[in-house]
Amino acid sequence: MDFDLNEEQRLLKESIDGLLTDSYDFESRKKYMKEKGGWSRTVWGKLAEQGLLGLPFAEADGGFGGGGVETMIVMEALGKALVLEPYLATVVIGGGFLRHAGSDAQKAAHVPGIVDGSKTLAFAQLEKNSRYDLFDVTTTAKKKGDGWVIDGEKFVVLNGENADTLIVTARTKGDRRDKSGIGVFLVPANAKGVTRKSYPTQDGLHAADITFTGVEVGADAALGNPDDSLALIERVVDEARIALCAEAVGLMDESLKSTVEYIKTRKQFGVAIGSFQSLQHRASDMFVAAEQARSMSMFATMAGDFEDAKERSSAVAAAKVQIGKSLKFVGQQAIQLHGGIGMTMEAKIGHYFKRLTMIENSFGDTDYHQRRVADGGGLI
Amino acid sequence: MDLAFTKEEQAFREEVREFFRDNVPPDTRRKLVEGRHLSKDEMVTWWRILNKKGWGVSHWPKQYGGTGWTSVQHYIFNEELQSYPAPQPLAFGVSMVGPVIYTFGNEEQKKQYLPRIANVDDWWCQGFSEPGSGSDLASLKTKAERKGDKWIINGQKTWTTLAQHADMIFCLCRTDPTAKKQMGISFIVFSMKSKGVTVRPIQTIDGGVEVNEVFFDDVEVPYENLIGEENKGWDYAKFLLGNERTGIARVGVSKERLRRIRDLASKVESGGKPIIQDAAFREKLAACEIELKALELTQLRVVADEGKHGKGKPNPASSVLKIKGSEIQQTTTELLMEVIGPFAAPYDVHGDDGSNEAMDWTGQIAPSYFNNRKVSIYGGSNEIQRNIIAKAVLGL
Repeated sequence: MDFDLNEEQRLLKESIDGLLTDSYDFESRKKYMKEKGGWSRTVWGKLAEQGLLGLPFAEADGGFGGGGVETMIVMEALGKALVLEPYLATVVIGGGFLRHAGSDAQKAAHVPGIVDGSKTLAFAQLEKNSRYDLFDVTTTAKKKGDGWVIDGEKFVVLNGENADTLIVTARTKGDRRDKSGIGVFLVPANAKGVTRKSYPTQDGLHAADITFTGVEVGADAALGNPDDSLALIERVVDEARIALCAEAVGLMDESLKSTVEYIKTRKQFGVAIGSFQSLQHRASDMFVAAEQARSMSMFATMAGDFEDAKERSSAVAAAKVQIGKSLKFVGQQAIQLHGGIGMTMEAKIGHYFKRLTMIENSFGDTDYHQRRVADGGGLI
Repeated sequence: MDLAFTKEEQAFREEVREFFRDNVPPDTRRKLVEGRHLSKDEMVTWWRILNKKGWGVSHWPKQYGGTGWTSVQHYIFNEELQSYPAPQPLAFGVSMVGPVIYTFGNEEQKKQYLPRIANVDDWWCQGFSEPGSGSDLASLKTKAERKGDKWIINGQKTWTTLAQHADMIFCLCRTDPTAKKQMGISFIVFSMKSKGVTVRPIQTIDGGVEVNEVFFDDVEVPYENLIGEENKGWDYAKFLLGNERTGIARVGVSKERLRRIRDLASKVESGGKPIIQDAAFREKLAACEIELKALELTQLRVVADEGKHGKGKPNPASSVLKIKGSEIQQTTTELLMEVIGPFAAPYDVHGDDGSNEAMDWTGQIAPSYFNNRKVSIYGGSNEIQRNIIAKAVLGL
């Protein structure tokens, strides 16, 4: 049992923390938001230079063979700096599908572009009524010759506006909520029949609602078994949830830090407001919440390697519950303790709060995952 | 980073588990499961079994009878002990005064007291809190005056846990009334059988008697019963209170209780079906289990950190253990109250003789709920813990 980082992991942490300290202060972030698509190609290029975009890929595929802990380190750092760039969509989720199910040809076609930063991906999964159920899919992929024709609508596709390739869940067989008959397809974003409606999200990222109308793709578009890929989707989405837990820990750390700094310096009644016990206790409770979240983020990271899928998903669900509860408390109290200034767009704390809030509602909220743990027979 | 226990650690867990299975008297275990109080005899019998095995004072240095286990082994031992469940060693002797004596006491004192603590030949109690000194412990007033080769002790202690069984007390006494409040305190030990010691039981809201008031009226104590240096008692008290950082989370206790809740909830009916089939109840149970999992991981982080870097510098996460551990213990007793429903009300009419298996478990649910309100108060109330985090961790 060991919770320390090894030497290489420590170096990785130093390198990404260093990069983001240099290039991702709050003022720079505002500039990046105004760039085309809402994030910085320059920063993306720097992440590529440091090997971070190839981190989880096998060395044979041009990557660096990093595991869950390495991704956790990166996501925490990205959270701490409130990074806009599409690491989750491209490297964690897109990369996850390619790593777990990509054929040699598919990997050869997509991984190098991810690793060198020239291509980004997006995961088109959410539908109007699917909410958090990954098997609730109405988008269809009908066989045509060797390939498929995809029809349907996907919503809030993160990085959907900028992605070169979309990873689309679609039903090849069965009814809307059947657990079999779901496939995963690689679709070029500029394919005929793809329409994207883009918009900024509440947390400053960019997403798109995407319509697929008779979109034809070839035999090489299917990732894994086109008739039975729910287990694959669940695995990759669990990895996304794990990554979000780590990102949230980074966001909470920074929220707590800046709140503590603020109440140490803000004076009222002639003293720093941090000298008041009611505020001290609130800050202590934020610390407790953040530490419990960190513990569960580590647990989720290690659970990512569990061989038993049921055990893995129950552990990840439990982590998402803890993170959801912690982030709500830390986020809300950070605003409360900042007072009026916390309500303004000018102060950075509100932006941390907004990103944290969006994480709770990504890939299953607290209630959803709590129900999963409860219905799965508990954790003890 | 690696969550897995080593093969050796897993084998150790098996060994510990098997020992408990074979050696904890079944009636003692049953009473603990049902939340009942144990008699002095039942506790002492078990502690002597443990001591005979060599595990009575497991965390002491080897030369005084300790085991030399790693932090992880101690963690495993505690978890298995708590979740079996078996009675935990008497903290006042084993975790509190013992370490003070082997760290600050003289050779004579070590020889005289340590083996008797290990075998519970002396039952120790703690004379710290006073009616006017709770969280503000250093304001204590009990006085020890030097008179030749004796101390004359006058004053009153309170919340003295299980003093009714005690042979010995370790006591914080004011020995220099002119010094600043933390500076004039000494750490003195003496017999509870001394002339002038009166114990008055305090009945707590669960109906039980765990705590007492203890009065000292011109109690004469030999001068050599002072531990360490005169007027350094506050340092020893701080050392003593800082010793037990990870056990306080009581993860094993809560684990055992959650298993019991799940078991009972699949038997007791509500709306014509077992309560566990009620979605709202199940989710509350899951919520508590998740909190406990997070706490367990936090505790493991602290344990792993101590194992690697020594106990010198407390891991910031360790402050979380007391707050969360007590909250979760309280939640488990609330869940038990929900399971039992209207049968929470009767006093323990069924007794504890094991004759009515169907109802035996009901008697102690409400008392245990009442009793567990204490866990967020004792050992530094949760509000004091928040002060500690604010000052020591956040620098406020």
